[in-house]
Amino acid sequence: MANKSNKKNVRRSPFAAVLVILAGLLISGGGYAAANAVVNANTNVEYTAAQQEEGKRLFAANCASCHGKNAEGTKAAPSLIGVGSASVDFQVGTGRMPGQASGPQLIKKEVQFTEAQTEALAAYVASLAPGPSVPDEKWLATNGDTTRGGELFRINCAMCHNAVGAGGALTEGKFAAELKGVDPKHIYEAMLTGPQNMPVFNDNNLTPQDKQDIISYLKYVENNPSAGGEELANLGPVAEGLFAWIFMLGGIVVITIWLGAKSN
Amino acid sequence: MSNTASANNKKGGFLAGTANYLDERVGVAGILKEFGRKVFPDHWSFMLGEVALYSFLVLLLSGTFLTFWFQPAMTPVIYDGVYGPLKGASMSVAYASTLDISFEVRGGLLFRQVHHWSALLFVAAAGLHMLRVFFTGAFRKPREINWVVGFALFVLGMAGGFTGYSLPDDLLSGNGLRIIDGMIKGVPFIGTSISSLLFGGEFPGESIVARLYSLHIMIVPALILVFVAIHLFMVVIHKHTHYSGPGKRDDNVVGYPLMPVYVAKAGGFFFIVFGVIALVAATVTINPVWNYGGYDPSPVSAGTQPDWYIGWLDGALRLAPTHLEFIVGGYTLSLNILIPLVVGVLFLVIVAAYPFLEAWVTGDKREHHVLDRPRNAPTRTAIGAAGVTFYAVLWAGAATDLIATNFKMSLNQVLLSMQIMLIVLPFVAYYVTKRTCLSLQRKDREIVLHGRETGRIIRMPHGEYIEVHEPLDEYEAWKLIDFKDYAPTLARPNAKGKITIRARIRSGLSKFYFEDRVAPVNAIELKAAQDHKELH
Amino acid sequence: MSKSKEVAKPFDGEHDYDGGLAVIDKNPVQDPGMEPHRVRMTDKSPAHEKAAARQVTALFVFSMISSFLAIVAYFAFPLSHLSLGNVRANTLFLGLGIAFGMLAIGIGAVHWAKTLMPDAEVSEARHQTRGSEEVRARAIEIINLANQESGFSRRKLIRRTLYGALALFPIPGIVLFADLGPLGEEVDAKLRHTAWKKGSRLAKDPYGTPIKASDVTVGSVFHVIPEDLKEYNPDGSLNAEYLNEKAKAAVLLVRVDPIDLNPSKGRENWAYDGIVAYSKICTHVGCPVALYEQHTHHLLCPCHQSTFDLSNECAVVFGPASRALPQLPITVDAEGYLVAQSDFNEPVGPSFWER
Repeated sequence: MANKSNKKNVRRSPFAAVLVILAGLLISGGGYAAANAVVNANTNVEYTAAQQEEGKRLFAANCASCHGKNAEGTKAAPSLIGVGSASVDFQVGTGRMPGQASGPQLIKKEVQFTEAQTEALAAYVASLAPGPSVPDEKWLATNGDTTRGGELFRINCAMCHNAVGAGGALTEGKFAAELKGVDPKHIYEAMLTGPQNMPVFNDNNLTPQDKQDIISYLKYVENNPSAGGEELANLGPVAEGLFAWIFMLGGIVVITIWLGAKSN
Repeated sequence: MSNTASANNKKGGFLAGTANYLDERVGVAGILKEFGRKVFPDHWSFMLGEVALYSFLVLLLSGTFLTFWFQPAMTPVIYDGVYGPLKGASMSVAYASTLDISFEVRGGLLFRQVHHWSALLFVAAAGLHMLRVFFTGAFRKPREINWVVGFALFVLGMAGGFTGYSLPDDLLSGNGLRIIDGMIKGVPFIGTSISSLLFGGEFPGESIVARLYSLHIMIVPALILVFVAIHLFMVVIHKHTHYSGPGKRDDNVVGYPLMPVYVAKAGGFFFIVFGVIALVAATVTINPVWNYGGYDPSPVSAGTQPDWYIGWLDGALRLAPTHLEFIVGGYTLSLNILIPLVVGVLFLVIVAAYPFLEAWVTGDKREHHVLDRPRNAPTRTAIGAAGVTFYAVLWAGAATDLIATNFKMSLNQVLLSMQIMLIVLPFVAYYVTKRTCLSLQRKDREIVLHGRETGRIIRMPHGEYIEVHEPLDEYEAWKLIDFKDYAPTLARPNAKGKITIRARIRSGLSKFYFEDRVAPVNAIELKAAQDHKELH
Repeated sequence: MSKSKEVAKPFDGEHDYDGGLAVIDKNPVQDPGMEPHRVRMTDKSPAHEKAAARQVTALFVFSMISSFLAIVAYFAFPLSHLSLGNVRANTLFLGLGIAFGMLAIGIGAVHWAKTLMPDAEVSEARHQTRGSEEVRARAIEIINLANQESGFSRRKLIRRTLYGALALFPIPGIVLFADLGPLGEEVDAKLRHTAWKKGSRLAKDPYGTPIKASDVTVGSVFHVIPEDLKEYNPDGSLNAEYLNEKAKAAVLLVRVDPIDLNPSKGRENWAYDGIVAYSKICTHVGCPVALYEQHTHHLLCPCHQSTFDLSNECAVVFGPASRALPQLPITVDAEGYLVAQSDFNEPVGPSFWER
């Protein structure tokens, strides 16, 4: 009896309208945010205010000319609001950023910032709006399930990056990078943020465990060179055919010339 | 001393006894008499066919070894072997047995690699051998049939290779089969039926690996052996050709006797070829199927190409222009598949038929056993160069994506360039090659008549500077003089007084072939040049 | 001095063939005959000969040692069921042993021939391939005799019925192969339908977890199979039926800003809030069109580089394909999971004649 009357009270309360409006805002706004947000792994990375300040300063000096004073984007570069610390850590940490605007896509260059500076930049961009964050260490361990990782890699990644990550072509001069030697953290962040034309693999598509398995698979392949010998860059039948013509047949032709020549 | 003597006697006794035993049952004495001192000319370019033959023997030996472990079934099985990233995965028995051969049979991976490397070498050597035969005119009478037999061997080599690399049922070769199925389905009227018959129903089905296995270990090798036997038998009947040179004519063959020199050289060469293959197989990876995973129609790897000898067909598919598919009377006509197929078949037909075309144009019914130097048959060499260029552009077309990534170019621009090159480059190659051949012939003439430039300048008593030329001796000169010369003909009326279209075509082709020609030096010119020199 | 006598033609005394367009010069240069033999060091000098013999022997000994080492390597590097450990070493050393065992024999034999066996070239006469006139006459005689005695040309009826019998007897051998696979209606029906039906949930390839619309964010790509594909392999094994169905049912799922979609008439409700699904099987020759370029909205097939434009209903914009990728109409069910509205409205995959 008491419960019933409580309920009735809430519905008639003057705050009811406020509650309804609040609910409406939350549902519509949250729905929109959900459609655009990237659901990502829980991380324990928290940035300090000092890092954010430092990041803001670095940003103004190195990034604002293309990305806008408040990272809102310009004709030269997209907005960074909502890209999260993961994007920054990936782009800056692999040397792709600061970008040189020539060519169909960004390429890896010399990393221009120290780890501390990269963290600061990430802190600043993360502070602008919620977005995918730098992954927790535990998802970067390479002791995941390499079988699952291999299966997932072949279905989701091999078509661009090649069956063992040797890289591949996209249209109009773009390409998917070679994955050998890439830090597990950067592999994770690339999957999470979908840099440039790489699609986004949010945590509902490839869960953090999936991502860890994929990283484990890649690192296994990298650390266990082929038992058959020299790998010819894992480029497949084209490299093998060239090798057969140039070195095998070529070598044998040299031998036949010796064979047919008169002895001294 | 006496020991050696008696040992020799004993040895002589054993050998003599064996020889006698065999002669009384098989007639080996006759065989030895007939073939024991057969003469084979010695030139490195004659060994290319042997490279193909020996690679084939290596294929037979290594392949037989593999058949003891490979299982051509597509039944799914859970892999429980030693390769970590596939442990626990579901895959076909064929794929699993390939992994077991690679990782759990000693020598398994080695011989898988020996087998695959020698397959690549077999077709490459056969192809290079065909090119040598073409550019030296060795396909002329009486060897036209042998050319066709050899052509069949080249195609069988491709078939053997394709059926072979599809056996492990891995992602890379499985996608190749998918492409073949798509092409077959595009054939009008019978395409879908042939696809269903081949795969035992839908793609991928559960039959294709076993069927390709029958083809690969039984039918194709049997056919290759039959054709190789015919091929070699004809070389025995015709004897081998030889390059022009002093003492070498159409009615003799100059070289070394089979026993002992050729037994040693050719026999030794088998071990060399096998050794080279084994060396590469021990040190360089080929077809690492564990990297691709078992076949699944959903994943695919960037850089999906067939083995090199199928490359030209894959390139033909890639270079086909967009939107070449039409609905005709309710049916779908896939010209984007049919045109590459027809182009491929036509190319092969032209290659196979070339000797007959050239024989018709020249009308030369004599037997030819002295080879042409390529420069002395400029039009044939230029046609060959154009054909090779056409094949090479198609072949490169299979690697457009790898070219784009490796040389940092746009995939789309690479493809467009190759489409243009496919049409334009053969003509360019023809023209450049023909002109080069004619120039080289003129240079040869110069050298015969005036000797080699030595680079030494002397001053004559009357003040003139001349360069000293070193004359060729008669042997060197003969090599440059002895080649066949042809002249074009007019179209002549036949018995009924009518000039047929056939005659016109032949006349036109004879002009195309022989209008631009450099004749060999004759005795009068040679004497005149020598006399002229003596005056100096 | 040019000789005025006619130079002997090859095959003098045998059949005279027509040379066709060949130009026979009236004053050809004469063949000087075989060159005199050039003596080798091993012919002149016993020391060189002994050295060459020693080299050949050494090579054969090296071969024996290599073959022996190959056998040692085979046993010295056992393979384990627990790790890949020795595979590389076993392959390498067994292979090198075999390789050098072979190479040394070959090089030794060739060296022996080149340095120690006589290297004077010899000439062997050829005769024309065709038989001599007597032989040909005898051959013709035999054929005529066979014809007479059998009556082959004379007995028209026997001959013609023989041809008929020879033409027909192989045909059953060809017909025997008709059971290699199904033909007719069954083939056509299978080509036109996939495992998708109304209400099939879209699930992630390969483990089959269904996908909620909210999971698919802008820029994502999901590789999709029908959830009920599991019926073909409840144990997860890749059996033939499962793969056959997957080969037609594989789908790509992406989300773009709804503005970027340009649905044609009748397809306006095939997408869900910017989420679209297209067949992954290339309409060229059937490879998976799996590359998705997030910003250009292009789908690229890695086999022959056919490119499809997602903002134009996957029409072909580059490459040898011709038809757009079939679209799977999707919506969401009561729980928010993406489901198909029906099967594709056309056959998926490569074109075929009866399409």
